[in-house]
Amino acid sequence: MSTMVATNKRSFGSVLWDYLTTVDHKKIAILYLVAGGFFFIVGGLEAMAIRWQLVTPMNDFVSAGLYNELITMHGTKMIFLAAMPLIFAFMNAVVPLQIGARDVAFPFLNSLGFWLFLFGGIMLNVGWITGGAADAGWTAYAPLSTTSPGEGVDYYVLGLQISGAGTLIGGINFLVTIVNMRAPGMTYMRMPLFTWTAFVASALILFAFPALTVGLFLMMFDRLFGSGFFDPNMGGNSVIWQHLFWIFGHPEVYILALPAFGIFSEIIATFSRKRLFGYSAMVFATVLIGFLGFMVWAHHMFTVGMGPAANSIFAVATMAIAIPTGIKIFNWLFTLWGGNIQINTAMLWSLGFIPTFTLGGMTGVMVAAASADYQFHDSYFVVAHFHYVIVGGVVFALFAATHYWWPKMFGKILNETLGKITFWFFFIGFHMTFFIQHFLGLMGMPRRYWVYKEGQGLDLGNAISTAGAFLMAIGTIVLLYNVIITSVKGEKVGGDPWGARTLEWAIPSPPPFYNFKQLPLVRGLDPLWIEKTEGRDGMTPAEPIGDIHMPNNSFLPFIMSLGFFIAGFGFIYQKYDLAWLSLVFIGMGIALGSMLMRSVKDDLGYHIHKEDLVKEAKE
Amino acid sequence: MKDWMGKIRTLSLFSLMVLLLSACGRDNLTALVPKGYGAEESLRIIIITITVMIVVFIVVMAIFVFVLLKYRQKKGQENMVPKQTEGNKTLEIVWTVIPILLLIVIAIPTVATTYDLADESAKEDSLNINVTGEQFWWHFEYPGEEIQTSQDLYIPVGQKVYLNMMSTDVIHSFWVPSISGKMDVNPDNENTMYIEAYEEGVYWGQCAEFCGDSHSLMDFRIVVVSQEEYDQWVTDMQNVDPDAVPESTTAQEGKALFEQSCISCHAVGNTPSVGPNLSNFGDRTMIAGVLEHSEEELVEWILNPASKKPGNGMLDAPYLQDKSVSQEDAEKIADYLLQLKASEITPDSAK
Repeated sequence: MSTMVATNKRSFGSVLWDYLTTVDHKKIAILYLVAGGFFFIVGGLEAMAIRWQLVTPMNDFVSAGLYNELITMHGTKMIFLAAMPLIFAFMNAVVPLQIGARDVAFPFLNSLGFWLFLFGGIMLNVGWITGGAADAGWTAYAPLSTTSPGEGVDYYVLGLQISGAGTLIGGINFLVTIVNMRAPGMTYMRMPLFTWTAFVASALILFAFPALTVGLFLMMFDRLFGSGFFDPNMGGNSVIWQHLFWIFGHPEVYILALPAFGIFSEIIATFSRKRLFGYSAMVFATVLIGFLGFMVWAHHMFTVGMGPAANSIFAVATMAIAIPTGIKIFNWLFTLWGGNIQINTAMLWSLGFIPTFTLGGMTGVMVAAASADYQFHDSYFVVAHFHYVIVGGVVFALFAATHYWWPKMFGKILNETLGKITFWFFFIGFHMTFFIQHFLGLMGMPRRYWVYKEGQGLDLGNAISTAGAFLMAIGTIVLLYNVIITSVKGEKVGGDPWGARTLEWAIPSPPPFYNFKQLPLVRGLDPLWIEKTEGRDGMTPAEPIGDIHMPNNSFLPFIMSLGFFIAGFGFIYQKYDLAWLSLVFIGMGIALGSMLMRSVKDDLGYHIHKEDLVKEAKE
Repeated sequence: MKDWMGKIRTLSLFSLMVLLLSACGRDNLTALVPKGYGAEESLRIIIITITVMIVVFIVVMAIFVFVLLKYRQKKGQENMVPKQTEGNKTLEIVWTVIPILLLIVIAIPTVATTYDLADESAKEDSLNINVTGEQFWWHFEYPGEEIQTSQDLYIPVGQKVYLNMMSTDVIHSFWVPSISGKMDVNPDNENTMYIEAYEEGVYWGQCAEFCGDSHSLMDFRIVVVSQEEYDQWVTDMQNVDPDAVPESTTAQEGKALFEQSCISCHAVGNTPSVGPNLSNFGDRTMIAGVLEHSEEELVEWILNPASKKPGNGMLDAPYLQDKSVSQEDAEKIADYLLQLKASEITPDSAK
């Protein structure tokens, strides 16, 4: 097979084409990493503009309208276009390897999921160029969102609809993969915790995203086709949007946080050189958090006027989530207990996470207390709280995972010194930025305020907060530099540079495109660790060397997503001129045509022959 | 070098002091110095939860620090493999049951206060005020007293006052942190909350639900006065005469201009209006909620409201479209408006 020969120097065009058509989970992981990383940087720049606007009272660095666009796009981008795809990057890179699979269950859909996300993400940002991005907050509460002039919110609605479809596809794909493609001997209770959390998060995606899809669909009709689902003047109800949004939105927090917990569980076990303490309790807590995550959405709505009964029920249900979360914290602590703790960059992020996330959890219980939340709600206290959870939990995990799995994905270890510099700048900057915001909120500063006034006693706190944001920015720049310098100068490492425990470390770094030449036989939790402690070099194969069935690359996912992207513009601009409907037909024609093509044309993939595998092994 | 260190130390000490002193914020705004029933109850729950949570945090941090000090890898032990423990049932039960108990400690007062703050049993016998939130100002109607007023809400001290709140456009949220927690002001349904202020004073209110361009400029005030002063204010407001002739000639001319250019939205007297009611405009704490109460600011506001409060409703006013109000006219209108002093009870009475 020609594809198997490692081609040394390929033209830029062929590399690009390879990535545009790839269905390989490892390459899709890199696509997610690059795209998510890009949006993370842009979202970070938006955050810097927000903080600079708030550095002094009554500042006029940006106008009110632009400020509202900045906060809306910062929130939307960081959740949907940075955190989600970066989580997906690591799920793609790691989960198939951790369960000993050669790819995900539906490689074609995997690629489609990515391109839908990317085109949706681009669509969300088109507003910046065409004269106004979405400005109704990332929560897009009706009627503010349904009455917002221009096309900004239309881009929000259609962009999220398209990228949401991608996420849903990705979630289903991982569910099927984890259920069906585990290596021989890999029972559910032997799955690494990252796989477990990816599994539960995928189930949450499956149940949560449809609520968002429905909400966005109704909002699209309200904005573009004159319906009145959320318009009280037409017999609609604007509070319904809040319910739909948070029925999705709260599980979304756990869709992000659970894989983050999984990442920390892997790293803490590896660098304590100890088995994860209370593995079954950890699995149980993960599932319980996922389940309870659906029962608490209305805690975002304590001030909506739902009445004391609903407020009390949702308050108590929310507090209950603290219990499985506490179980996790203590199990991590006891994994460290008695270990041989090696502190490198990945571990620094994990250790920094524990106090940070504990603070986020503490304030979580505080905002869950409905009668206290009447003060916290929509104030900077809440801004502080969810940044402690999302940054302290999820972003710390993504940084940790970047350092931990970088050698597996790219074959090189990120520079440790630079990594530690990034950590300290970001960690100190983070607490400087957000800790003070708890107090700003209680001192009476509402969130989403373009300006605060002189004489409100909020000046000092805001100045400190802005200074902290600059430290975080420096940390991020150092990380970028680290990535570049490592790609240029970094030294190649072997398959298992950390002395780790799970299956992904049993194969070379980066792994061959078929992952496992022979599927491994799993004999317990931490399968690679078991083999190593019994003196073996790697995994015992579960099958003889044989032909490997591989999927063909395809350009169709890109074309399909492009079709939806084009149709999106048609849907938006037909509100000014029906001639734009032609774009809907063209775009949908492209998308549906590609689907038809995919359905009628057999694509059976190809085989890597046994002889080639044997020959390669000898070389 | 030593001198330099000393300076740094003094500076950091000083900034710490400033931080501590300002830690509670401005005392007619901050939720940390409650001046009303709702704020006091919320703060009580905040203190209960934070106390419990700090205990939890200390336990976590104690274990965390101990573990890091004791089990951090020592030189030469890179390859030491520690004992592989699977877990511990007793410990798992301990850190499941203790948090449940702690949460019960929090949950009981939380639920009790949640019901207490939603109590409407005294509504019929109390003062009721209809609050309307609009982009980007507040209107207050006293249905029993037949009074209309905007931006400054007058209430008597020590009384339960029920606010029945609705929006005419998007969702707003009524928040006066030092008096009470917030309640959303929806366009769909009427929400009711009660407030009870403990001390006379002027309290800072803000819109807490993101409502558009001037969301951050939708401020208002609650003026808490004694019962006698409040009664006096009610009588005065009921007797506002929209046709009263101002003393100065400029103000008289201003009145004519006002009736020509402004009255289609605004009102003086107790008739309902599209825009803010201006009966006691001369005694307002602020202009448009956020501008200093001066003639200069008012003229500027009349002529160029967009620069002061982006996206506000006055931008559609016909006089701005056809530029029929000149600088001079605006000064006359301002003269007229600033002499509208409906009552001898003003924010200055709230001492």
